[in-house]
Amino acid sequence: MLPDFGYATLVVAFLLAIYASVAAFYGGRQKDHRWVESSRNAIVAILPLVTLACVLLIYALVKGDFSIDYVARVSSRAMPTYLKVTALWGGQAGSLLFWNFLLAVFTSAAMLRQWDRQRPLMPYVLAVSAITQVFFLFISIFVENPFTRLAIIPLDGQGLNPLLRHPGMIIHPPLLYLGFTGLTIPYAFAMAALISGKLDDGWIRATRRWTLVAWLFLSLGLILGGRWAYDVLGWGGYWAWDPVENASFMPWLAATAFLHSVMIQEKRGMFRMWNMFLIILTYLLMILGTFIVRSGVISSVHSFAQSAIGPLFFGFVTLMLLFSLYWMTRRWNELSSKNQLESFLSREAAFLLNNFLILAILFATFWGTVFPILSELFMDEKMTVGAPFYEQVNGPLFAALLLLMGVAPLTMWYRSSAKRIGMQTRWPALAALIFVGVLFAFFEVRSWGALLGLWIVALAAILTVLEFWRGTQARMKHGETAWTAFSNLMARDRRRYGGYWIHLGVVVMAFGIIGTEFFQQETQIRLSRGESVSVGNYSMTFNGIRRYAGADDLLITEAEVSAFYNGRLVKNLRPRTELYTRTGQPMTIPAARSTISDDFYVLLINWEETSVNSAVFRIYVNPLINWVWFGTVIFTLGTMVAIWPDPASQTSVAAVRPRRPSLAAGD
Amino acid sequence: MMIFRFRMVAVLFGLMAGLLWTGSLLAQEPVTDNDVNDVAKDLFCPVCENVPLDVCPTQACADWREVIRGQLAEGQSKRQIIDYFALQYGDRVRAKPAQQGFSLAVWLLPVLAVFAGAFYFSRYLRGLKQNTAVVAPVKTVKPVANANRPVTEEYLARVEEELKKLK
Repeated sequence: MLPDFGYATLVVAFLLAIYASVAAFYGGRQKDHRWVESSRNAIVAILPLVTLACVLLIYALVKGDFSIDYVARVSSRAMPTYLKVTALWGGQAGSLLFWNFLLAVFTSAAMLRQWDRQRPLMPYVLAVSAITQVFFLFISIFVENPFTRLAIIPLDGQGLNPLLRHPGMIIHPPLLYLGFTGLTIPYAFAMAALISGKLDDGWIRATRRWTLVAWLFLSLGLILGGRWAYDVLGWGGYWAWDPVENASFMPWLAATAFLHSVMIQEKRGMFRMWNMFLIILTYLLMILGTFIVRSGVISSVHSFAQSAIGPLFFGFVTLMLLFSLYWMTRRWNELSSKNQLESFLSREAAFLLNNFLILAILFATFWGTVFPILSELFMDEKMTVGAPFYEQVNGPLFAALLLLMGVAPLTMWYRSSAKRIGMQTRWPALAALIFVGVLFAFFEVRSWGALLGLWIVALAAILTVLEFWRGTQARMKHGETAWTAFSNLMARDRRRYGGYWIHLGVVVMAFGIIGTEFFQQETQIRLSRGESVSVGNYSMTFNGIRRYAGADDLLITEAEVSAFYNGRLVKNLRPRTELYTRTGQPMTIPAARSTISDDFYVLLINWEETSVNSAVFRIYVNPLINWVWFGTVIFTLGTMVAIWPDPASQTSVAAVRPRRPSLAAGD
Repeated sequence: MMIFRFRMVAVLFGLMAGLLWTGSLLAQEPVTDNDVNDVAKDLFCPVCENVPLDVCPTQACADWREVIRGQLAEGQSKRQIIDYFALQYGDRVRAKPAQQGFSLAVWLLPVLAVFAGAFYFSRYLRGLKQNTAVVAPVKTVKPVANANRPVTEEYLARVEEELKKLK
């Protein structure tokens, strides 16, 4: 009964989505607003339907209705309720249903909010987002139906994959999906601008905040994924350039390039074609990312063909690519720039260089990710492209990007003088050099790569802080107190200073990344009870070990060790392994002592009952790793500052119009 | 006498050689986990998806690490061991694609793309510079005039503008 009802709601939503896309397109072409309004109503009706389907599935998960295949796979009686609820996105079919739900949320919200402001664009915004919804609902109905029933009803379900029973994994997928689905909105507006021929900056202004929100979710999703890997996967790191990670990193890169280059269009009316290209690329990479994660193409080209989902996604990406290219070429002449670059020492050129570097990283990542697929297709031999490739190719590009991030805010629109930029960077560069010199002399940093990286990080940090300093100083000259000046500075130009906060967050993260990349220490050793081992400034003593049964079918082996820093006891740690006896899946849960300077991170690798008194440990000292998480907080707050709506523009429709040009060094 | 002396020398040499030989045997330290991991780091688990061999928790990988330990004890080099694994399980076990044959493409293409991009980008900018040499006088807008003023003045101008709006 329940599965039939759930399935029926999806089918109705699917039919409505088809109707909405056709009606909106027809209404737009015929300039008949009744069709468009009818399409809008259809779109808004999809949301409650898909929500109902989600609620029904959650109900089945919590109740343990194992007659449904999906429920039997990802839920079990013994699972706590919150895990049963989050099992909604614990498997393929549920994830795709959840994807549908989020897309419906974003589409409805964008529709209701922008309806009056962007009337000429609306028919095609409706059509394009409805087409995306049609595709995903199609998959949910015909290929990955979450309500499929089982002929034989099992007594209990298999339960959620133990790797996914972690807080990081519970929040991480929804955030990524929010980012992914959110990026559909700016794409829909861009395509609407192309189709309707309203090629001014309306679509960019209307979607700026949507793009930023989606981008923030995507960023957080990526970072939380890293945190989850660090806490649960037990290999001492947070990012492995795994194809699945790359799949979500690529749309993030394209969106980042887009967020920067739209500023040239708003300011100078240039690169309108380029921005179209970037948002189309973002959307296609987003679909491609979902395809890579969901189709199994990564494990093998052959498993790709086993499920219908792979070819379908591939077909949809191709279709949307052709659709986008067709409209881009049709509007090619109308999109050409009215203005030109005047100098390559200008803000515009700096943004272009930023785009160039980001796209280079994107290309290398894309190539490394698809190469195994290509090699299997053409050479019949699967290759692996591991982390060393990405580190060697992307490392220098990231360093250049970081340097640009520090210097670019000093450039001005139209043109700036090399002399002035030189004057403004001279002292910061020297200060950064002193910082690196201190590291060299007193902290025995000898790696040239690390020294160069740290110099760039220090320079970018100083230059970014100086931006705040100068702005505050200027305001203080007008009699404002330091704090008022500082907060007014940000309130007056949230977008600009939010951006600088984001830069600062990135610099702090880069500091942490360089620390762990270059100075990680590790060792693996078998210790008997009472024995010690030292790594760097730390040493560790193995005190004892015990094995006990955990919840469900869990068998936990937990060691107790003492961590000493310079001979002083700092913390007792309990690294453990968990074995899910039913599936035989092992998990290695690390224990760590975290400080601002490093993590002492211990893994219990091996222990057999026969060798009661000795166990194998793997120990990492990860310098500066907590700066990565700390930088994330700054990054997030900065994005919030940039997203926060202006009180003025909230009430008036006029705010959509271009603002007066400003003389300032940037926006 | 001569013969005796010769024997003495021969015995001495023999002793020394023997000592050296046993010494080298004794000096050979047992292969540590760190030695094994150093090799395993550059290999991928042949059965799991994209998991480096040194961190893979499955029993199969533990056995493979023992194979590495055995080969290291026999005195094989890291390269020999990696080649052995590639021969047994295919090139997919190499963490770094070999820099030869088809897999050379994975390294070359990004480098080529970056250079091609940089070339195009610089040509584009240079082309603009030539254009603007002609157009520039028409485009003399305020910021150009401002270009050499210290940056604080721009901020002041903005602050003033904002203060004016407040009134």
